[in-house]
Amino acid sequence: MKRYFDYYRATMKLSVLEQLQYPVANYFYMIGMIAEPVIYMVVWSAVARQQGGMVGGYTPGAFAAYYIVWTLVRNMNIVFTPYGWEWRIREGQLSMSLLRPIHPLHGDVAYFAGWKVVVILLWLPLAFILSLIFKPELDPTLLQGVVFFFAIWMAYLIRTMILSLLGMVTFWTTRVSALFELYFAAELILSGRLVPLSLMPDWVQKLAWFFPFRWAFGFPIEALVGNLSTSDLFTGLGMQLAWILFGVISVSLIWKIAIRRFSAVGG
Amino acid sequence: MPSVISITKLAKHYQVPEREAGLKAAAMGLIKRRYKTVKAVDEISFEIQPGEVVGFLGPNGAGKTTTLKMLSGLLHPTSGSTSVLGFEPAKRSHDFLRQITLVMGNRNQLSWDLPALDSFDLQRAIYSIPMDEFKRTRDEFIELLELKELVQKPIRNLSLGERMKMEIVGALLHKPKILFLDEPTLGLDVTMQKRIRTFVAEYNKRYDATVLLTSHYMADVEALCKRVVVIHHGKLLFDGDLSALVEKFSAFKTVGFTINSASVDWSQYGEVISTDGARMVLRVPKEKTSAITTRLLNDLAVEDLTVEAAPIEDVIESVFAVKEEAVE
Repeated sequence: MKRYFDYYRATMKLSVLEQLQYPVANYFYMIGMIAEPVIYMVVWSAVARQQGGMVGGYTPGAFAAYYIVWTLVRNMNIVFTPYGWEWRIREGQLSMSLLRPIHPLHGDVAYFAGWKVVVILLWLPLAFILSLIFKPELDPTLLQGVVFFFAIWMAYLIRTMILSLLGMVTFWTTRVSALFELYFAAELILSGRLVPLSLMPDWVQKLAWFFPFRWAFGFPIEALVGNLSTSDLFTGLGMQLAWILFGVISVSLIWKIAIRRFSAVGG
Repeated sequence: MPSVISITKLAKHYQVPEREAGLKAAAMGLIKRRYKTVKAVDEISFEIQPGEVVGFLGPNGAGKTTTLKMLSGLLHPTSGSTSVLGFEPAKRSHDFLRQITLVMGNRNQLSWDLPALDSFDLQRAIYSIPMDEFKRTRDEFIELLELKELVQKPIRNLSLGERMKMEIVGALLHKPKILFLDEPTLGLDVTMQKRIRTFVAEYNKRYDATVLLTSHYMADVEALCKRVVVIHHGKLLFDGDLSALVEKFSAFKTVGFTINSASVDWSQYGEVISTDGARMVLRVPKEKTSAITTRLLNDLAVEDLTVEAAPIEDVIESVFAVKEEAVE
């Protein structure tokens, strides 16, 4: 255990140092990323005002809170993508990882976790500016705050596992972009990224319960800005944990089969 | 002494899709795909003793890198058995991986944007090297490769040779017992090649490490390897001392001498390789070397006559020219 702790610490440190090499580029990247939620926020706030100040229980201030927290969760959602898997197999980088006496997935988790430390620091002033402009209504309890803290990191792990599973498809075939696009389309609708799930039709909300998308995106936001009961909060954390366990077990099993197919063509 | 690397009838075959050019063939390929089996490594066997430095030679596509990848656990063999330090590499047990390294001349594992010192610390964590030992080894290697002025510069600001030296330090910090070196001097200038050769030799001596080296630079092989294993088209062509390889496959020798007379028909003696003023070098059939040197001395006023074995590059070229079935 101490060994893994040391490895995570060293990898996260390396990741932070790398990100600090390009602070301006990182900032522009984040500014570019907030364009999407700002559009959602403006549109839904306008709709709410036209509907007499509220739509589906969301006021403009509630939408502002939802989409400002959205920006942080979106950054927490950034993980090693299936395209990255394609790249590392093609370029031979996976070979270098496989030579190390530690599973490559630990490297992915640790590296992006380190990256997120920098992201959160960079996000704080952006969130402050967005808050000044859009005036969010946000008054979380301590419990909500604690649940949110764990939920965003568990969301990160869920998405890492699920996208690793998708990424490992590249062990069988290298042209899997269409599959990834299908995944991302489903994620957009069923996660709460496009619109809060509570505004979606009832059947979409029920469907979303059975997929990982909501637990990797919408739930952490709802935990902080929504009106979830204590029971809902803990159920949500339980669902996140279940998806992480599912992901870890699935990745371990598929990895054992996939790695036998690895041809190390790229080096 | 038990061998540290032992492979028996090791094979790696790939199924590669193939089709004719053109639209019709592409359309047919959608219905029925045709595959061809490529035998990248075809039932080779050899053993390596602890502390040996073995040159693993062959032209591009011979199967060298594929073999190294199987020995380091990156690839699962199609058939045959492999044992490295008593481990089956394909299982990639952590105890096995902690005792080996694979350095590929065209691959990087150090962070591009950071000084090597930061990446070295990650290597320490990966291999759980105690801090005192890590610092001692790191500083020892930095001194041996004369890198003190460079370790604080980002890797991206280093030359190719400097980067390669850093990669080697990073790959050896855990003091592996087995080194698989795949073209470690690829693209480097002569001075840098020599520095890396010296370092590998020193590492081998200090830690009694076993080295399996592929290189297209024969200077690497001559400087480091007493023994060579040669493969071609995935098959083993030769396994033995470098000197025996030269003896077995060299069909020519070179005869150098100084002569002032210019109007001589040299074709009756051999093939002219070079002329530099009065100095000439001829290539002559090995079995006729004595007769030709005698004739040169008797017929012409030659001075400073020397006879040398053919350059190792020429020998290797002639090895690859020999059909596999004609050799053992």
